[in-house]
Amino acid sequence: MATRPMTDKDAANEAFRQEVRQFLADHFPPELKGKGNPMAGVESDLRETEAQKRWRAAMGSKGWGTPTWPAAYGGGGLSRGQAAILNEELARAGAYNPIGGMGVMMFGPTLLEYGNEQQKQEHIPPICRGEIRWCQGYSEPNAGSDLANLQTTAEDKGDHYLVNGQKTWTSGGQWADKCFCLVRTDRSDKHKGISFLLIDMKAPGVEVRPIRMISGLSPFCETFFTDVKVPKENLVGREGEGWTIGKRLLQHERTNLSGGGSMARMMGPRLSDLAKKYRETDADGALADKVLRDRIADFEIRWGAFLLTARRATEESKAQGGVSEISSVLKKLGTKLGQERAELTIEIMGLQGLGWEGEGFSDAELSGVRAWLFGKATTIYGGSTEIQSNIIAKRVLGMLDHQ
Amino acid sequence: MAVLSEEQEMLRNMAREWVANESPVAKFRAVRAGGEPRAYDPAAYATMAQMGWTGVIIPEAFGGYDFGWLSAGMIVEELGKTVTASPLVATTLAAAAIVLGGSDEQKARWLPQLASGAVIGTLAIDEGPHHNPRTLATTVAGGALTGTKAFVHEAHDATLFVVAAADGLYLVEGAEGTVDVATRHLADMRSHAQVTFSGAAAQKLEHGGDDLLDKVLDRARILTACEMLGMAQQVFDTTLGYLKQRVQFNQVLSSFQALQHRMADLFGDLAMMRSAVEGGLQALDSGVMVPQAAALAKAEANRVLHTISREGVQLHGGIGMTDEYDIGFYLKRARVLEASWGTTSFLKDRFATLSGY
Ligand SMILES: Cc1cc2nc3c(=O)[nH]c(=O)nc-3n(C[C@H](O)[C@H](O)[C@H](O)COP(=O)(O)OP(=O)(O)OC[C@H]3O[C@@H](n4cnc5c(N)ncnc54)[C@H](O)[C@@H]3O)c2cc1C
Repeated sequence: MATRPMTDKDAANEAFRQEVRQFLADHFPPELKGKGNPMAGVESDLRETEAQKRWRAAMGSKGWGTPTWPAAYGGGGLSRGQAAILNEELARAGAYNPIGGMGVMMFGPTLLEYGNEQQKQEHIPPICRGEIRWCQGYSEPNAGSDLANLQTTAEDKGDHYLVNGQKTWTSGGQWADKCFCLVRTDRSDKHKGISFLLIDMKAPGVEVRPIRMISGLSPFCETFFTDVKVPKENLVGREGEGWTIGKRLLQHERTNLSGGGSMARMMGPRLSDLAKKYRETDADGALADKVLRDRIADFEIRWGAFLLTARRATEESKAQGGVSEISSVLKKLGTKLGQERAELTIEIMGLQGLGWEGEGFSDAELSGVRAWLFGKATTIYGGSTEIQSNIIAKRVLGMLDHQ
Repeated sequence: MAVLSEEQEMLRNMAREWVANESPVAKFRAVRAGGEPRAYDPAAYATMAQMGWTGVIIPEAFGGYDFGWLSAGMIVEELGKTVTASPLVATTLAAAAIVLGGSDEQKARWLPQLASGAVIGTLAIDEGPHHNPRTLATTVAGGALTGTKAFVHEAHDATLFVVAAADGLYLVEGAEGTVDVATRHLADMRSHAQVTFSGAAAQKLEHGGDDLLDKVLDRARILTACEMLGMAQQVFDTTLGYLKQRVQFNQVLSSFQALQHRMADLFGDLAMMRSAVEGGLQALDSGVMVPQAAALAKAEANRVLHTISREGVQLHGGIGMTDEYDIGFYLKRARVLEASWGTTSFLKDRFATLSGY
């Protein structure tokens, strides 16, 4: 491309880049270089070192962990262009974004859209500072894919709601401060009887019981509500608007689950590099097992096409504004490919890749097993693959409901 | 769909309208019924040239428009939607070879005529039924080229051949006696021929580096993938439309979940194919990682069009088996294009090699 004269915008971007570099030089603890965000997942307690705490506080006070959220609520107030520069500079410095979790991924964007002024003032700034952890109270024993069948009730008691019922599969429920919940405020209408309520996990009457998963960890819980008093100002939107708001939140969840957030964290080194480490190579450095080589190439080509699809969706949604129903397509594709990748990883490593604990295995091998198992959840939660297919067929392709 | 500039959007809309109004599948039926070995309508090609489509990737200095590969690819995609027969892809690829590897004289001699549509060009690379550019028996001695090229696309009306010999790419003009074109009827009913060069006068393309052939083939892979994308999109849309109106068991077929999920799967595949193909075009325009992007684009195009063309026939039931219904055209053309410039196994091997494993 021909060189063109520097515009005012270029100059402003350059100044911003310098500001970010200075900030990183002043605040990013070098010992954290290359580390991941402990707050990104909900699978564990937040065990931060002092350095990690300092880094979270520094980014939080700038609002740069949530760079494009409005500054009025503690966000960074950055343009998309500036946010991109920030990301580039973080990556260059080997620094992670220390702010994350369900508050950032799904609840915050939804509250910014549907919450009232007081709710935004109250709940968004602590998310931006990474001080409050949120969990999701949607699923119940009899309301999984058929989420609208939920039975947890919130009874209007004048100045408060009285909540009774059981949620399940509540990820991070044992570590969360608050829960965004779908509750029933009206039994006469399946969908319009649902409301979106914010519940304090420390409130009397809330009890959590961790559930052990096939990966051996217990990252999720059963959550019981027994006569829990919830102030009325914790209702988001109007009574009966919960289904609309709740579905919107799921779009944000899917966008995050598909490629960016959790899948990316499960990504280790390139499969071909792993295979070269664990398997024989020819004199010319190619993998000796040609069948495996072909399967890796087959996977990497489709994975490449998926990454291009995620990029295209981002560009298109920027051009059109907002998350789109393409989030279902991305979630369906990304989770399937992520699982395929995990299976190939295990296969490449052989029995060395199935170590459960103890001696004889590297950390990467041990965590790979857990990630492989946990990864099975990705096609179940956030709306299972089958449910995404229903959504794509009906909403995107306009195929009719069964009559 | 990639985010387009205003100019690109205009070009795309123009192509879309022309194809829909002036070049429906019925036109291809008429060409087929005519039985001419050239298998396209010269009047239609002349119109394409008038609209500037033959000059999209040719620099302005040589009579083209220099709109870039994304623009060229979008036009070819639209043509693929109605299986429009024309030597546009072949000519664009011949022009690309000259843009990349030609001397100033060669450019001045050929590019303006390719851009105006006066000359039809094509690539003559492979020597057997499999794409295999590594083993070529064609040789050149004292400016005379000798060899046999198999299944050359659009050879019947081509007057300029870009021929791969063991030591590089050559320009050869069609001439009686030294260039013989023997028709090969393939299932797609398009122009294919075995071309025999017997001491034909040849001029080498000296520029563009040692990997000129690979560069040209990368462009062939990506542009062919664009035609395949248009075809896949059309088969998908037609099938979806059919499922929405066909009634069995007192309900439209589109209300059956088994069929909904198959369409949702294909929709995801189609999204990946579109991203891969557009990614290839963008790589060409930016010059970044072209070989990988080309292998990825065509491998995805092969995979997805293969699946969609099979499912398209299956989901139509009996009517999909009839010659009167269009879907069979896409199935037959699909296999020809899948085998051209790299089957899936060839492309996976190339991708792995390029990625260092
Ligand atoms: C690790 C993990 C973390 C989770 N975290 C949370 C959380 O934090 N908060 C929360 O609220 N929930 C959470 N969930 C719950 C999750 O959202 C549900 O598991 C999910 O909605 C599926 O519901 P279900 O388990 O009841 O399965 P079911 O709905 O009983 O589904 C069983 C099977 O039937 C299929 N199926 C169901 N309906 C249809 C249909 N109409 N057509 C075709 N196939 C169908 C499903 O795809 C699935 O394969 C989590 C789940 C997991 C595994």
